Amino acid sequence: MRVDQRLIAEMIEPKTRVLDVGSGDGTLIDYLYRTRSCDARGIEIDMENVTQSVAHGLPVMHGDADHDLADYPDGTFDYVVLQRTLQAVERPREVLRQMLRIGRHAIVSFPNFGHWRLRLQLVVTGRMPMTPVWSTPWYTTPNIHPCTIRDFLMLCEEEGYIVQQWLAIDEDGARAPWRRSIRLANLFGEQALFLLRRADT
Amino acid sequence: MDISASPSIADGPVYTHRTVRLDSGLNLECGIHLAPLEVAYCTYGTLSPERNNAILICHALTGDQYLAEQNPLTGKPGWWSRMVGPGLPIDTNRYFVICSNVLGGCMGTTGPRSVRAETGRAWDSEFPPITMHDIVATQARLIDHLGIDRLFAVIGGSMGGMQALTWAADFPDRVFAVMPIATSPFHSAQNIAFNEVSRQAIFADPDWHDGHYRDFDAIPARGLGVARMMAHITYLSEEALSRKFGRRIRHEAATAVPASSSPSLFGEMFEVESYLRHQGSTFVRRFDANSYLTITRAMDYFDLAAEYDGDLAAPFRKSQTRFCVVSFSSDWLFPTSQSRLLVRALNRAGANVSFVEIESDRGHDAFLLDEPDFDRTVQGFINGAAEHAALGEGRH
Repeated sequence: MRVDQRLIAEMIEPKTRVLDVGSGDGTLIDYLYRTRSCDARGIEIDMENVTQSVAHGLPVMHGDADHDLADYPDGTFDYVVLQRTLQAVERPREVLRQMLRIGRHAIVSFPNFGHWRLRLQLVVTGRMPMTPVWSTPWYTTPNIHPCTIRDFLMLCEEEGYIVQQWLAIDEDGARAPWRRSIRLANLFGEQALFLLRRADT
Repeated sequence: MDISASPSIADGPVYTHRTVRLDSGLNLECGIHLAPLEVAYCTYGTLSPERNNAILICHALTGDQYLAEQNPLTGKPGWWSRMVGPGLPIDTNRYFVICSNVLGGCMGTTGPRSVRAETGRAWDSEFPPITMHDIVATQARLIDHLGIDRLFAVIGGSMGGMQALTWAADFPDRVFAVMPIATSPFHSAQNIAFNEVSRQAIFADPDWHDGHYRDFDAIPARGLGVARMMAHITYLSEEALSRKFGRRIRHEAATAVPASSSPSLFGEMFEVESYLRHQGSTFVRRFDANSYLTITRAMDYFDLAAEYDGDLAAPFRKSQTRFCVVSFSSDWLFPTSQSRLLVRALNRAGANVSFVEIESDRGHDAFLLDEPDFDRTVQGFINGAAEHAALGEGRH
């Protein structure tokens, strides 16, 4: 399991209901079921991953964040997880709204576009940055809505979400030591991980 | 009630199906009380001492209970013998598998060929209209008879999937996992239209005799054959037909076909024609026209949402059942869009649902054919559900 998935798992209370949006090969939901006795389900856009997950006995359905969250009743889940996908959905704000409608908490991770290497490349070369995290050229990238940690925090404020926990993490997913300063995290964190809830709940 | 071996009337040799006779009968949705009720069935594997490892497999329109053994009528292997058996995806070393002939069928379960108690004659075309609920209620009576409170799983493709869904809706506490395959929560206008063409073909046959053909020692073979040919096209896909037959011509076949049944303009016949004729002619030997009419009508009536004011989620609210919905990419008779509609309704109900579309170019019939991804999906879902149901791993 990836280190950032382990960090996500640590945020989740045992015996809760979890929806992993973009569940990939099902590693996280399998882990949550086996080690935390969670009722963990997945939505995945890649059919090969879906088939593989179901063939392993995991409850995964073919679907995507933009279209398939709207069906669930309010408060169906305790946690709705979106791993490294927010930047690739059609309507990130709407996806977040749906996540916090159907779940009590949202756990969101995304690659931070504010990382110093990206900033430097754009300034120095004048071209779209390419890094190990942002590794596809602009004309083929699925990442149509990149944002920085500060962008995301501002959206949370606008939407009235409470950030219960946040972490900046490096490329391998290990926790990075910039917890005190959002500005430093936004400069040195390659990825970010947030645990959110709605202010009115 | 007792298990008796009752002969069924067939056009040809008489076969003995394993049958249970339920004297108390069944109240049909149409209001008619059908008694006695006979249910023909096959079982595979062993029921565990806890009686918690039973899987009911529901057959499609023209299927039967001979799931994983040689069919006594056709001599062919069971229709899902590649899926059900020791060590196979539905492993009979682990699960007790039941398959029964549907109500209205012609393989031993009460249907148009059965003798009507009031008249001492066969029902024939007077057999009452039945619904998917009646078909499932009949299966529930069989399950009662076998001493099983709760099925571990109900699995079915096509019309079998409609039964699986009806089980989940009618008996949510009696089934742990449900797998509707290549199916839909309602029969679409297009599906009804195809069925209507099939029925009209039967009615148009001079040997139909208003459904009392057996009194005339006849069967509407041409009508039923055409019905089957037409339906068979809907079970395939253009790709599958092209791959299998293309535009190839069968030279020798032209003379083998009597001119009266098919004038062949150039003394030649396309291979696809010959294939369809074969499908038609073998079908009429094994299937009863009145059963075909009765069961296709039950499919047409099927619309789960309609019974809940159009809310397809309603029958599944608070359902603890685990669902695995499977569709096939080239199935145009029960397309993926209909499965997706079902999945969305299950999500609205908050049900635990897996959903896979299997990539295949073989159309609706893909669920009966060798599709490795499908096999892995069935096996994975069943064994995963078994883990959640805390079913033992061991052989029984």
